[in-house]
Amino acid sequence: MEPMVRFQDVHKSFGAVEVLKGITLDVPRGDVVVLVGRSGSGKSTALRCINGLETVNGGELHVCGEKLHDGKTDLRKLRQEVGIVFQSYNLFPHLTVEQNVTLAPRKVMKVGAKEAKELAAHVLAQVGLSEKAQSYPEQLSGGQQQRVAIARSLAMKPKLMLFDEVTSALDPELTGEVLRVIERLAKDGMTMVLVTHEMGFARGVADQIVFMHHGKVWERGGAEMLRAPQTAELQQFVATDL
Amino acid sequence: MGYEFDFSFLSEYAPDLWRGVWLTLWMTVVSIVPGFVIGTLCAIGRIYGSTPVRRVATVYVEAIRNTPLVIQVFWLFFGLAVLGARLDAFTAAIIALSINVGAYTAEIMRAGFESIPRGQREAASCLALSGPQRVLYVELPQAVERVYPALVSQFILMMLATSIMSQISAEELTGVAYQIQSFTFRGFEAYLVTAVIYLALVTTLRLTLHGVALAAFPRRRRLGTPL
Repeated sequence: MEPMVRFQDVHKSFGAVEVLKGITLDVPRGDVVVLVGRSGSGKSTALRCINGLETVNGGELHVCGEKLHDGKTDLRKLRQEVGIVFQSYNLFPHLTVEQNVTLAPRKVMKVGAKEAKELAAHVLAQVGLSEKAQSYPEQLSGGQQQRVAIARSLAMKPKLMLFDEVTSALDPELTGEVLRVIERLAKDGMTMVLVTHEMGFARGVADQIVFMHHGKVWERGGAEMLRAPQTAELQQFVATDL
Repeated sequence: MGYEFDFSFLSEYAPDLWRGVWLTLWMTVVSIVPGFVIGTLCAIGRIYGSTPVRRVATVYVEAIRNTPLVIQVFWLFFGLAVLGARLDAFTAAIIALSINVGAYTAEIMRAGFESIPRGQREAASCLALSGPQRVLYVELPQAVERVYPALVSQFILMMLATSIMSQISAEELTGVAYQIQSFTFRGFEAYLVTAVIYLALVTTLRLTLHGVALAAFPRRRRLGTPL
């Protein structure tokens, strides 16, 4: 079976700065792949390429069987299949939690009002926020807002979920509640790519850990990789983290 | 001083004053709606439009904001008449006011759109909303909410600016006041009364727009955030 995401020698530059220097990486269906590395290593850029937020300059990137960036890619279609959650939540502040969750299903997938409400109830239950449906984002804690953002993505019934440092703005307690939601998604078999600084969490949830360094896949392996790094760079990275 | 204040003309001229009040109100209301629509479309055009669209919008906004309203309406009323396109005074007035307030609204709305964090656009696009859907459901409501107080002041300025329309024989409130003082020589009283009426009109408009805000921004209403 072809992988959900396949990077083949992908290059990406911002002006003169080359951020991705030839990434080759497969994300098999049902797997959880965690990208780790220092700031500036290119992990967030790699993640953002997967749903077309960044365009690649060289190499090939296939997502859900579609080749991206050949000028014909229908980004809207792709984004119905690939959900993304950001560090800064980006909930729509003028809409209630329920309206945040149902906006895209109603307008993009043309789901009816009643069905959309049921859908919202379902995904909000998944993230443990059923009772907040009628609240506004500003009435919620950071952790709750991030869980709503996850629910909002899930409402589009994506095949693949991307998480870009989703707990970096949260204190440890709130981080825990968000990570538990992600763990449950992993158990349910959702294919996911995560960028995170939570090494303990990465070890627990990842099928594959990818250490990125200077725009390259420097080292990769299962969860045990972090305990026995092969390269000096990963050794150093792990040492500074612990 | 020897001058005795005399407001007795009020009963005689009350019907004229009423007609003036209605015309002022009507001009205002009829100009706010198209002005807001023009301004919003222009703001969207200046931010997301192609180069020609951006240029046209910019020229419009700058041309209108840098010329006097009275000249704009004279040109529509007297100028076009020379070419054979006669507009009646009311039509010329509301066209001039709509176009004028539209240009100012465009700049206010542009500020509103530009103040929305980039993450909002990104999140909307990542949920597969189309460009127009994103603007309509995510950006526009937030932009209006952010600049609402500035819009209200602009609309109030426009209501007060209707007072120059007597210059093209639209007998709105100021035109009526001028007539009253020229017939009665009671300039002090006539313009004092007129000022008080304007004050009442502006207060009414302000309260109405506050009511509109309560209906349009349910979050503010629920959370009790002042507008």
